Amino acid sequence: MEPNASFVNFSDKSTLKVALVGNPNSGKSTLFNALTGLHQKTGNFPGVTVDKKSGFAKLSPTVTAEFIDLPGTYSLYPKSLDERVAFEVLCNHQNSNHPDVTIIVADASNLKRNLFLVSQIIDLKIPVILVLNMMDMVEKDGDVIDAIRLSEKLGVKVVGISARNNEGVEVLKQALLQPLSVPQYDFIDIKKIAPDAIEKVKSVIKVKSDFAAFQIINNLSDINYLQNKETQIKITDALNTLIIDTNKLQSLESVERYKVINRIVEECITHKSSIKTESFTHKLDGVLTHRIWGYAIFLLVLFFIFQTIFFLAAFPMEWIESLFVFISEATANVLPAGELSNLLVNGIIAGLSGVVVFVPQIALLFAFIAILEDTGYMARVSFIMDKLMRKFGLNGRSVIPLISGVACAVPAIMSARTISSWKERIITIFVTPLMSCSARLPVYTLLISLVVPQDKNSGFFNYQGLILMALYLIGFIAAIGAAWVMKWILKAKEKSYFIMELPVYRSPQWRTVGLTIYDKVKMFLFDAGKIIVAISIILWFLSSHAPGNKFAEIDKKYEGNIFWKETPDEMGAKVESEKLEASYAGMLGKSIEPAIKPLGFDWKIGISLITSFAAREVFVGTMATIYSAGNTDNTQTIREKMLAEKDPVTGKAKYSIAVGFSLMIFYAFAMQCMSTLAVVYRETKSWKWPTVQFFFMGALAYLSSFITYQLLK
Amino acid sequence: MIKALKNLAELKIGQSAIIDSFTDQDMALKLLEMGCTPGEVVKLDRIAPLGDPIAISVAGYLLSLRKAEASTVLVSLIPAS
Repeated sequence: MEPNASFVNFSDKSTLKVALVGNPNSGKSTLFNALTGLHQKTGNFPGVTVDKKSGFAKLSPTVTAEFIDLPGTYSLYPKSLDERVAFEVLCNHQNSNHPDVTIIVADASNLKRNLFLVSQIIDLKIPVILVLNMMDMVEKDGDVIDAIRLSEKLGVKVVGISARNNEGVEVLKQALLQPLSVPQYDFIDIKKIAPDAIEKVKSVIKVKSDFAAFQIINNLSDINYLQNKETQIKITDALNTLIIDTNKLQSLESVERYKVINRIVEECITHKSSIKTESFTHKLDGVLTHRIWGYAIFLLVLFFIFQTIFFLAAFPMEWIESLFVFISEATANVLPAGELSNLLVNGIIAGLSGVVVFVPQIALLFAFIAILEDTGYMARVSFIMDKLMRKFGLNGRSVIPLISGVACAVPAIMSARTISSWKERIITIFVTPLMSCSARLPVYTLLISLVVPQDKNSGFFNYQGLILMALYLIGFIAAIGAAWVMKWILKAKEKSYFIMELPVYRSPQWRTVGLTIYDKVKMFLFDAGKIIVAISIILWFLSSHAPGNKFAEIDKKYEGNIFWKETPDEMGAKVESEKLEASYAGMLGKSIEPAIKPLGFDWKIGISLITSFAAREVFVGTMATIYSAGNTDNTQTIREKMLAEKDPVTGKAKYSIAVGFSLMIFYAFAMQCMSTLAVVYRETKSWKWPTVQFFFMGALAYLSSFITYQLLK
Repeated sequence: MIKALKNLAELKIGQSAIIDSFTDQDMALKLLEMGCTPGEVVKLDRIAPLGDPIAISVAGYLLSLRKAEASTVLVSLIPAS
């Protein structure tokens, strides 16, 4: 026991607040998952747009711990938003998330660099436990870490674990219940670096350590925890007479810290062999970052992922749709026909179905992403793609979101979270919806079959296929182009760095994969889902209600008239069609007709544009209703009816090449997807970006369609 | 002997060097916290297929950084033995 250490004891508390902090790739999240399992929730750190993951676990029959997973950080210099949160929570004792105990997770197989953050936190003089994670790796390398000695040197409790194998997790839980020492001596003599400034700060406010004062000096302008402005001004005044170069102070501090760390590492680690298992990673890198094999394998991996998402997800999506059809039919049968049943079936249940149907794609994409991240392959993808992406204001990490956008922009945008630079992340989120997603496919298919002749003689390459490919290409070019433009418009909040660790390869961890899927699906269902259901209800109202008693008039017109030559089904379809025309959505469609006429669209297309805001593929269904095609499953009927439609002025076919292409281009560019807007709001935590995106993509679609129509007309 | 300083981006694959100093203050901080301290031995491990970024071994792990970032690090070459 250190004679000059004070002890804190929390064993009489019934809930203990424990923060987890550590370097990225230190296995912090793995430990968090091992500690809390499914008892997790995602919230928000107050005042900032950073997700806060917390979870609960019982330490003893009487003590429960709340674990808070702080964002991964290499140091306590707050540069990014994530790092600022970690810094703020640990340094500010008044913060609502300030922990009783802090667990610092360090990758034991990479101890030197990990000890940097450890040493800074130790100097804050808060109760800590140092967890040496990945002890299995250390043993495999044949190294030995003298944990007792390390504990003596650092003056804190040290626990060796392997979170992946669940080894030592129970020991750690027990350690939390025992008294903890708070080291009273400093890791480095920080006062030597800025003696006067530290004294001045300490004369104004009470801090727990010299290093805490030092941190205040360095971050005075963007510290929010100095409760009142008055204190901040007082400190600024006190420091006024001194010349302070914070960059210099921090470099001096870093160098000092590493001097001590190098000494400690030398004393506490014995390397048995000079040949490390790193050579496996080295060999694999030779293939995976190879100038030919690297890209070939990456393409193959992508191909495999998309095949799986397209084909495998199709089955559960079909089941979900059938399930909702069953539920809505059952509801319609049970409830008396009327407004309530209508709202439930066509508004709420239809909206819910539109949300849940995305779940299989989200789950699959995130399963793959979790595996790629966990194995260390994702870092290599960024490594080989960075130069290419940087030209367009993007980052090596933008590759996955962009390409995933071909399946669905919703999970794709959620996956942009791994991009640490704010600017590059916003650009990625902004341009991803321009990639042609799978919901556009039914629209493209219908329109192509309408206006592009089927060429049976050309074999594998037919016009229809080429046009479809061209549409995907146009989406990609638009995305890259928009990114390039934004690169110049957007001001960076922080410098873009690509200083990134390439972790050693490991086998993926199924618990992490499972929890990632669970987490992302939950987030989508509850955060984006609310907005989607709300908009669905509005759209339902618009298309199923009309001013006055117009609907009753339509019903009356057809009712009891036995002289119609149509079958009851055909007549029902006609009623539906007339009702949609008379509805608010129909009125809207008609009212926007002057605006969309230059694009070659009439009010019928106008209605479809409005209703397909729920999801693009709704276009097909709406067209079916308008042309009273009845059964929407039968595309053939809609196609025939649309083909037969004549232009009232020219008398030629309404769906000419010009109209068809104009419409396809419009669907390629317009932001007609409330799920995407909802998820952009969720990810950027402001309505600013979804709004800008909506209008930008709308304008792009309008202009491009206008040009297309006017050129082809 | 006067040290002939190069910048880190000029190393060839497999070459080792000792970090001497930094030419950019902001970058220096970021690199320092990642364990690139003066006196530390670094080795150029790999160059990405398109010529940028590069990967170096430092402090017992693999670090990737862009050439522009690496060029702010001055190093003295360790001659191959």
